[in-house]
Amino acid sequence: MAKGIWVFAEQREGQIKKVVFELLSEGRKVADQLGEELCAVLLGKDVAGLVDSLGEYGVDKVYITESDGLENYTTDGYTNVVTDLIKEHQPSVFLLGCTITGRDLAAQVAQRLETGLMTDCTGMEVVDGQLVFTRPIYAGKAFVKASCPEARPVMATIRPNTFTAEAKPKTPETVKVTPDIGNIRQVIKDIVRQVSERPELTEADIIVSGGRGMKGPENFKILEELADVLGAAVGASRAAVDAGWAPHSMQVGQTGKTVSPVLYIACGISGAIQHLAGMSSAKCIVAINKDEEANIFKVADYGIVGDLFEVVPILTEELKKLTAQ
Amino acid sequence: MKILVCLKQTFDTEAKIVLDENGKIERQGVSLIMNPYDEFAVEEALRLKENQGEGEVTVISVGGQQTQDALRQALAMGADKAVLVDPGDVELDEYSTATILAKVISGMEYDIILGGFRAIDDGSAQVAGRVAEILNIPVVNMITKLEVADGKAVATREIEGGSEVVEVPLPAVLTAQKGLNEPRYPSMKGIMKAKKKPMQKMTLADVGLEEGQIAPKVKAISFSLPEPRKAGKIIPGEPAEAARELARLLREEAKVV
Repeated sequence: MAKGIWVFAEQREGQIKKVVFELLSEGRKVADQLGEELCAVLLGKDVAGLVDSLGEYGVDKVYITESDGLENYTTDGYTNVVTDLIKEHQPSVFLLGCTITGRDLAAQVAQRLETGLMTDCTGMEVVDGQLVFTRPIYAGKAFVKASCPEARPVMATIRPNTFTAEAKPKTPETVKVTPDIGNIRQVIKDIVRQVSERPELTEADIIVSGGRGMKGPENFKILEELADVLGAAVGASRAAVDAGWAPHSMQVGQTGKTVSPVLYIACGISGAIQHLAGMSSAKCIVAINKDEEANIFKVADYGIVGDLFEVVPILTEELKKLTAQ
Repeated sequence: MKILVCLKQTFDTEAKIVLDENGKIERQGVSLIMNPYDEFAVEEALRLKENQGEGEVTVISVGGQQTQDALRQALAMGADKAVLVDPGDVELDEYSTATILAKVISGMEYDIILGGFRAIDDGSAQVAGRVAEILNIPVVNMITKLEVADGKAVATREIEGGSEVVEVPLPAVLTAQKGLNEPRYPSMKGIMKAKKKPMQKMTLADVGLEEGQIAPKVKAISFSLPEPRKAGKIIPGEPAEAARELARLLREEAKVV
């Protein structure tokens, strides 16, 4: 019988993604409830040093596969190695973060194993011995609860910031696996990384976002200054992206990224339904907008009706003072 | 060059979602559109054909009869023919849909398969990848640039915090991310022409599948709507005063900074 709760320990450039710790923490609870082992699967080049950080979050066992060919993520290379491991050990559950890589890998692995996959989940619970997942549909305008009753492993990708990472230190057993990477058809010709000190939009605890009211790309600087004080990511509405003021990678909403930060500060954003769909699961929403009728005020916890060009710089200064205390 | 585009009909992004008396998503009275990410795929297919100077663009969808509207839109944009598989009133998941698409495609000639990287309704972003896996061809997801030459595709794709350039041999599946192109609007002439273009309608049996072969792996248990958020407080006063008060509230009341 299939046994074991597995988590994909996604890493990039020698850093485990934050969502992995969130999955291990929640996975630990599920593993205890079901009486199964919690395992992590770690792929890459020279990544053995990352095992300790996984142990911090209560993992029982780590499967490590190291190879030059796994230094960068490729769909085929990672799918081949992960699928072989799952076929050999038959876990009951395989969880991944809903990141670009997690989503890419999950679909290939699920099909090769002919199992079900629930993506971008924001909830996970055990009901009568079955894992039931909650996932937003229509970009958060509705939710569906779903399960994978028969096929194994049950697979799901979980949205970052859904669970809280809770330290539960343990010394995990490590299992070194010699990989058969197989044939990789995707040849990576070039990787361009945008150098940014800011957190990624989907993983950020705080997001400062700008819309049409920003009036131009040059004005995003004032949002960046606020973001830097808060250690926040910078986002944009579709209006701002379509106007060419911000790249699409910054877009929050139904045709952009869906985010669940602790704090979302919307500046000059009217609050179109597509935008609200992408951010309304934020714990605290702040709206700064000149138009008191703007939709965004209907979902905001705190609102200021006023000129963002006056309000935001003062807010930045105030928060700088407060956070320095 | 034979280009296939898999597309889906979705609710309009403006659609308000409500539940019907059975607690499922109400589909009556909702305006339907071609999934916006699939529009990028159709546009890219047309540009590929135009750049190559020859070729054929076939658009394929799995859905009910109303899905013809989305397929006709693709034909009006310039696609050559359409295939609609109507599986009837059966529950489908991404495994089911991918199985149907792959089965139809396996009976066709193709050099490249395009699609949106996800649909805006269930947002699962896995059907195209599953199709590639079944057909045993490579997949590149979330592309923002595509060049095709000498039996290879070179695509730029979004990755976390940047982008990468990936080369794959054809045939391959490539999925579109926003930014790939700006989809054209169908011209009046295009709309007229589309009415005469071939639209092949198939049932599961026509495809050569039985219901048992597409049984979903994932079962939906229940649907719900989010709790409406309550409007909070508007902080009064001059900008400087309001900003100071907001900073204090975020620190002391909401405790989020």
